[in-house]
Amino acid sequence: MNEILDPLALARWQFGLTTIYHFLFVPITIGMVTVTAVFQTAWYRTGHVKYLQLTKFFGQIFLINFAMGVVTGIVQEFQFGMNWSDYSRFVGDVFGAPLALEGLLAFFFEATFIGLWIFGWDKLPRKIHLLTIWATAFGSIISAYFIIAANSFMQNPVAYEMNEEKGRAELVNIWELLTNPVALAAFPHTIFASFMVAAGLVITVAAWHLARNQHLETMRPALKLGLWTMIGAGLLTTLTGDQLSLAMVATQPMKMAAAEATYQTVCGAQASFSIFTLGTPDGTSELFSIRVPYLLSLLSTHTFDGCVEGINDLQAQYTEAFGPGDYAPIIWITYWAFRWMIGLGMLHVFVAIVGLWLTRGGRLPKNKWVWKAAIWSFPLSLAAMIVGWIFAEMGRQPWLVFSLLKTEDGVSPGVTGLEVLISIVAFTLIYGILAVVEFKLIKKVAQKGPADAPEPHPETGLIEPSTTVY
Amino acid sequence: MDLSILWFWIVAGLFIGYFILDGFDFGVGMTLPFLGKDDLDRRVLINTIGPVWDLNETWVIVAGACLFAAFPEWYATLFSGFYLALLLILLALIARGVSFEYRHQRPESRWKKWFDGMIIVGSVVPALLWGVAFANIVQGVAIDANFNYTGTLFDLLNPYALLGGLTTLMLFFTHGAIFVSLKTDGDIRERARKLATKAGVVTIVIAASFLVWTAFIAEFKLAYLVLAALAAVALIGAWLFNLRGSEGVSFTLMAVTIALAVLSLFTALFPNVMPSTTDVANSLTIDNASSSEYTLTVMSWTALIFLPLILLYQGWTYWVFRKRVSRRTIEAATGVAAPAA
Repeated sequence: MNEILDPLALARWQFGLTTIYHFLFVPITIGMVTVTAVFQTAWYRTGHVKYLQLTKFFGQIFLINFAMGVVTGIVQEFQFGMNWSDYSRFVGDVFGAPLALEGLLAFFFEATFIGLWIFGWDKLPRKIHLLTIWATAFGSIISAYFIIAANSFMQNPVAYEMNEEKGRAELVNIWELLTNPVALAAFPHTIFASFMVAAGLVITVAAWHLARNQHLETMRPALKLGLWTMIGAGLLTTLTGDQLSLAMVATQPMKMAAAEATYQTVCGAQASFSIFTLGTPDGTSELFSIRVPYLLSLLSTHTFDGCVEGINDLQAQYTEAFGPGDYAPIIWITYWAFRWMIGLGMLHVFVAIVGLWLTRGGRLPKNKWVWKAAIWSFPLSLAAMIVGWIFAEMGRQPWLVFSLLKTEDGVSPGVTGLEVLISIVAFTLIYGILAVVEFKLIKKVAQKGPADAPEPHPETGLIEPSTTVY
Repeated sequence: MDLSILWFWIVAGLFIGYFILDGFDFGVGMTLPFLGKDDLDRRVLINTIGPVWDLNETWVIVAGACLFAAFPEWYATLFSGFYLALLLILLALIARGVSFEYRHQRPESRWKKWFDGMIIVGSVVPALLWGVAFANIVQGVAIDANFNYTGTLFDLLNPYALLGGLTTLMLFFTHGAIFVSLKTDGDIRERARKLATKAGVVTIVIAASFLVWTAFIAEFKLAYLVLAALAAVALIGAWLFNLRGSEGVSFTLMAVTIALAVLSLFTALFPNVMPSTTDVANSLTIDNASSSEYTLTVMSWTALIFLPLILLYQGWTYWVFRKRVSRRTIEAATGVAAPAA
């Protein structure tokens, strides 16, 4: 087989590309629908027209993005069968159930109520219309729960029994599957991180306008909401991330070792957390590193004298259990992805605290560098989210389902490398074009700012809802 | 009853829901070049499905997920086997979906033309290929002992399957035109009805030939013959009521036609889910492709509780957006937004 047309490598690239691409829109959707719902609630409760302007403004940004999330999501579901048919056969009995539940409980809900929200401004009573945006938010968050429960089975298989005759894993307890300890930590971690991304988007947009001294009436409260959300969600993301690493150490010690590039088992003060390393992270030719003693022990076990197993010991254990093979992921990816995720996340909380201080009591800093820094909130918080998932998924390798199925054994045997290549090229082209279109549209809408406040009805004094059409 | 058999029919039901609902979305998209004389007309057409296309499309996501959960082997064989056909469907659905949202974001006519084109292509391709896919499933394809498809894309484009593709294409086209006449007002409503009359004749001829050909494949199984005959009657009824201008009855009969046609195909298939033309022993059946009893039990309870709820809130959505769309609706709405544009 020609190396360029290796179906396994191509299928992995395709999954990685389409999944990362899809995932650009997921946290924005989950976060922005909630932000929009919060603004609409503020309008409903206070009647201040600026909140209506903010609802429509951020709602429009959310919708441009939502369409992309929907259409790229279908690819996700189809390609399990298309590129990973042996995986689908092996886990379908277990893995399919949460996907079906996701569709029946969440997708329909989300897709129905988003239509009611977009077009229902003049057709539904104000209160019901408000409920439709919350229903959409609820649907998107529930769908995240089911997909993370499915993913968590790949990280930490539970609630199954092997059926040797059929050669597959079979579900024995749906409740256990849905309360997988990895899922219980990863779900809130992902949701709070999504809120950070949305907060980043709000901060970026608000900062852009405030730096130009325009739309002050609406962008001031927006910035405030963005900064507080960033801090709150940032702290919660950290706490749940801590829970997630505990679960990870318990279920996938190799991933933690790979995150730290720890080759030897280390205990106590030796279990240091390296913030930064120059040279190869595997320690063979380390030039320089900054290390915090005890921190790794603290992160992994919540004690000062805990031990963290090293890659070499785990490799030996796994070879004994599963036969010869390389059981470590690509270390430089896991090592750096882990650091970028944490580093960027902490940076944002820091930036948000500074931002709150600088804008206290309605101040608008004159220094343009403050605003220039704030504008990076959105791209960098999204980047933190993406590297976090790269870490989670690359750290699972070489397993597709940890300890049960290797990635190389899950690929579709009947699909040729050429077919996968055609699909990679096609997806890359259409996704690339749409990314440019979407980015330009969002930029245009965001830079234009909120529309002028609608005139209240001359007789009733109320704001009449307008009709929405495509 | 065996739960796997129940799930065979639930999967059929989900695809029926998908084809009825997204079917008229495809149809509306395909009528753009015929009924959309100017931008305002095209906006009227797109707005008939604006609030609902997303929930309609979700039916295929749920059908796919349920297929995965209830029949992992069927899902795996079908999706890896029909690789390039599904790739085309995915690309088309992507192009169509974003176009609804992006088309109205800018006023330039060149911008809008691009997205009109994508809506049309994005409607034609899936409307054709879903029929091709289902005809191939019924007819059987080359499947080896490991349940892997061994043919190519071109093997899927055989005469019978292409006729199946034309059948869904024309059914959805007519379905969409009737939907437009049901959902619009003014001149376009009448033009849609006339278009449906013309398209209906072609649809009846093509669909009838496909159902007859399928009768041979189904070896004149009685249940198939009854359902197919009823589907044909419903289709002719839909055409007649459209001629008389009874839009609601005509649309309902089109939905019944699609439901009965899909049901007849699943009946022809039963108890297989994907017959192998290589060796009968390699055929995927309800029995050897399904999930374990436990998984199906969990799924059954979920479906039992949530499907009625889903139908309820989706029905409510259609009720909320029951008003006909006309040029005046669009003018009034965009007139308000005009200063911003």
